[in-house]
Amino acid sequence: MARAKLPRKSTAVDMTAMCDVAFLLLAFFILATKFKPPEALTVNTPNSVQTKIASDKDVVTVTIDKAGKVYFSVSESNRTEKGEILDAINTAKNLGITDAEKKAWMNIPNAYIGVPFNQLKAFLTKTPEELKHVVLPGIPVLDSNDNQMVDWFRATAEAFQGKKMNVLVKGDDASKYPSFGGVINALKKNDMMKFQIVTNPVAVPVGSELYKANMASGRKGSAE
Amino acid sequence: MDTSGGGGKHKKGPGVKKGKKLSTRVDLTPMCDLGFLLITFFIFTTTMSQPTAMQMFLPKDVKNPEEQNKVKNSAVITLMLGKDDKIYYYEGDDPTKMLQTTFKKVRDVVLDKKRRTDPKDFMVVLKPTQDATYKNTVNILDEMTIDEVKRYAMVDVSPTEYQLIQKTETANAGQ
Repeated sequence: MARAKLPRKSTAVDMTAMCDVAFLLLAFFILATKFKPPEALTVNTPNSVQTKIASDKDVVTVTIDKAGKVYFSVSESNRTEKGEILDAINTAKNLGITDAEKKAWMNIPNAYIGVPFNQLKAFLTKTPEELKHVVLPGIPVLDSNDNQMVDWFRATAEAFQGKKMNVLVKGDDASKYPSFGGVINALKKNDMMKFQIVTNPVAVPVGSELYKANMASGRKGSAE
Repeated sequence: MDTSGGGGKHKKGPGVKKGKKLSTRVDLTPMCDLGFLLITFFIFTTTMSQPTAMQMFLPKDVKNPEEQNKVKNSAVITLMLGKDDKIYYYEGDDPTKMLQTTFKKVRDVVLDKKRRTDPKDFMVVLKPTQDATYKNTVNILDEMTIDEVKRYAMVDVSPTEYQLIQKTETANAGQ
């Protein structure tokens, strides 16, 4: 009996469908991607087992860089408060900041303040490009008589009156404790008893008390 | 091959009017490859892990010592964060019995004390010195969460304790 002849089939598959899927996913990921905003201050935050995501609304960030210098910034969505804070500091300290200077600074995305009051006027006139080449002294916090964060926090609390404000402390691993202590003191002086420390999430160590408690309550032991 | 515009037609035979109909199918494999390559790129650049936040509540400073919370001295363990990731600790209110440990072993120290004390009195006092890093401070606060310590406080280091740290350090260096 003659064997039935199998027709040689081509191995080429129609790629159209696969290609469609690929580009559909691509479109999704392009739209879903949120690039990290270019941060002027690079900070390595410490790890913690905390699971709560850091707030991103009505945020006041206090950044401590690796040299222990303190910077202050207000989130982009709170422009009115940002202006009010600057105005309050301007009047309280008689800095003579003009409206033009204020406006110029307000237009800088992710602008931060990293100078003592006496240098603030000069600082505001600088463009972001110029700032890249300048070593900023940071806001003084170490001397308890001249802890300028106290004034910044006071102005902030007034500007955010009636609104829930989130104070985020974002410190670098390598910075020393005194700067952080200074920020805490400034917060205390303004009766701002609640703040958040920005950390990188890590898993709860296996076998620790918290791990056991999480297991007992049926939650997953990892911090995601 | 004749490339001279429309003049090419006259060369063909009388029966052939149109050129051979070419298939419109294109090989989509490279396009598909490219698609997946870009997908991988965007997956990796997507910020997956959002930073988390540690909630902190500061105690109000009380001027009047009588208004302060009373703690049973024996139930307290004080951890002082020194330089080079060292931890000095003592139990109760006698700083002279200071011992030294590291971040790796501090969990045992805390848990050991926790086991020996009444849970409703147990308290940890954290004292970061001037030499402690921010990382140390956050780590020890995190340690409190890991060890399920319900009561802890962050306090400044007193001058006598600084001296005692110095002493402990020299004593340990001499060994």
